[in-house]
Amino acid sequence: MIYLDYQATTPLAPEARAAMAPWLAEDGFANPHSPHRMGRAAKAAVEVARDQVASLLPPGGRVIFTGSATEAINLAIQGSGARHVAASAIEHAAVLDTARACSTLSELPVDAGGLVAPDAALPAGADLVAVMQVNNEIGTIQPVDELAARARAAGALVLCDAVQGAGKLAAPEGADLIALSAHKLYGPKGIGALWVRDGVQLRPLIHGGGQEAGLRSGTLSPALCAGFGAAAALAAARMADDAAHVGGLWQAAREVLGRWTLNGSESQRWHGNLNLRLDGLDVARLMSECRTVMFSAGSACASGSGRPSHVLAALGLAPAAAKSSIRLGFGRYTVRDELVAACAALDAAAREQGC
Amino acid sequence: MTFDSLYLDHAATTPLLPAARDAMLEGFALWANPSSPHRAGRAARAALEEARARLKTALGWNGEVVFTSGASEALALALTRSALPLAAVSAVEHEAVLRHAGAAARLGVDAQGLVDPAACAVAGLVAVQQVNNETGVIQPLGAVAGAVRAAGGVLLADAAQGAGKLATPDADLIALSAHKFGGPVGVGVLLVRDWAMLKPTGGQERGYRAGTENLPGVLAMLAALEADRGWLDQAAALRARLDAAITAAGGEIVAAEAPRLASIAAYRMPGKSANAQLIRFDGQGIAVSAGSACSSGSLRTSHVLDAMGIAGAGEVIRVSLGRETTAAEVDRFAAAWREVAGA
Repeated sequence: MIYLDYQATTPLAPEARAAMAPWLAEDGFANPHSPHRMGRAAKAAVEVARDQVASLLPPGGRVIFTGSATEAINLAIQGSGARHVAASAIEHAAVLDTARACSTLSELPVDAGGLVAPDAALPAGADLVAVMQVNNEIGTIQPVDELAARARAAGALVLCDAVQGAGKLAAPEGADLIALSAHKLYGPKGIGALWVRDGVQLRPLIHGGGQEAGLRSGTLSPALCAGFGAAAALAAARMADDAAHVGGLWQAAREVLGRWTLNGSESQRWHGNLNLRLDGLDVARLMSECRTVMFSAGSACASGSGRPSHVLAALGLAPAAAKSSIRLGFGRYTVRDELVAACAALDAAAREQGC
Repeated sequence: MTFDSLYLDHAATTPLLPAARDAMLEGFALWANPSSPHRAGRAARAALEEARARLKTALGWNGEVVFTSGASEALALALTRSALPLAAVSAVEHEAVLRHAGAAARLGVDAQGLVDPAACAVAGLVAVQQVNNETGVIQPLGAVAGAVRAAGGVLLADAAQGAGKLATPDADLIALSAHKFGGPVGVGVLLVRDWAMLKPTGGQERGYRAGTENLPGVLAMLAALEADRGWLDQAAALRARLDAAITAAGGEIVAAEAPRLASIAAYRMPGKSANAQLIRFDGQGIAVSAGSACSSGSLRTSHVLDAMGIAGAGEVIRVSLGRETTAAEVDRFAAAWREVAGA
């Protein structure tokens, strides 16, 4: 079995698991908001983790821990009180659905390569501009800093969903709000973060004990924070090595699957994502015939919905072409020979279909 | 924890049970995204749905289950997505409810901290907790639920302190938190009697809670929920022993006449501020709290004790017992209490 779905979630890094262990052990259970000695020790671990996560982010802001990146995005959009959100057409549903539900949404188009133009017209009156760093389906890297500079000059706040880019690429400098997820960077599930630029005011969505400077109530888990922190520190230390490894994997996979068509820009992308199509391919059949290869069609969240991918549609792909696309995702723990064998198996199964 | 430390703050959080830790470590092996369509994703989905079914059995719940990141999120979900507008909350709710309450009516409590069920007959969303986190007082939710439903309302119960200890209360929406009953921090549940009571938001959990599910957390929570609850009988005996010792030394028990959860007690030490007590206890390695963990450190007096009209509310501390608490530890605390009180 080989796991090629690194955009859906990533394996827990052994280092993150080890960092969590003391806080799952018998005497590691204290509430970090308790003022007694044990509580203070737990709080210290949370603050170390906060600094480790902050090391992936620009200076001049603070890290608010949340239950997930989805929650972080909701806090950014709803908490800022945005009334008119301009978001790229290929944002994750966490951005698009929240913006639709809580404000007016204007979509910024992308080109055939899945990129927003750096000089894209920003709709008048937009008070929040949301552009993701790396797309979760096709891996394209958006010109966040250029768009952010223009949006901020126009008086809008800028939200960057950096879930797929954090720990892999340098953080966008120009955003006011940046959302992260631990389990996409080899940390645990159940924790995310919102980075908030100093001076940006938000209203909380979850009230209660007033944790996280009043922005996000709920007892923090020292274990999840420590796991997130260790994963972030590891990603920061390994950023160049991880990128080099992934670049080699990309080359190897592309060589095997050379006859497949790449969805999304070839040059402006994270190489751990390979979204490919073959005319006439039946993806459901491919998935059932290649049961030992864990890959996906589009995002995990939309899988099973039968909805065509809004991302591929935004690239201008016809529904049939979008439905004959697969997503392969790989990363730090992917073994090159296994990847090559899996790609060969996928290609052979596609040929069996007559594609 | 150093060898001489004594943790009596289990209402703030309580140790992760070994069975929960084991379940969590097994859950880490099921790390695929439960929404992924491939085999690993489907295996994670199957484990999640099996856990959901077992959770319903463990709680004796026939309705729906939404996994969240904790009780605060579960309460926020119920309070902000309720089909009926929030009409009334008890005055002794946790801040996780009160901060959402806005202009909703406040249901007062008597000197024992109990709401009057008749006053809960309101045709809207009504929030009354199962167990108070500062005093351990158990609300008469059976009677409250009857009154709320007769009036056409829906009852939301914050069961963060009672879940895993008491039977699931009779309510329509119920929030619970794993780390209060031996599960991990970072996972909780909203029980929903009928989906029609909530407006969906889209995303996972049948469209009621977006975000990748925390399967290791869910599995660990379930293991904690299925653990033996026999320790509560022992806690009741220890609490009675502590009540007697504190009373004999001139202390007062808050809500002594009310039904109280066996593991939580609030004691007043006349003439000594709660903060002064905490500093002395902390110096001896004893962890207790003034009110809730969340409000500790603030100089606000407790809204719970104020609502009860307790004299000397600023002199009350909370002592909460756990699964491992022993008679010797209770006696050590009682001795420390006498010393701090100068009795």
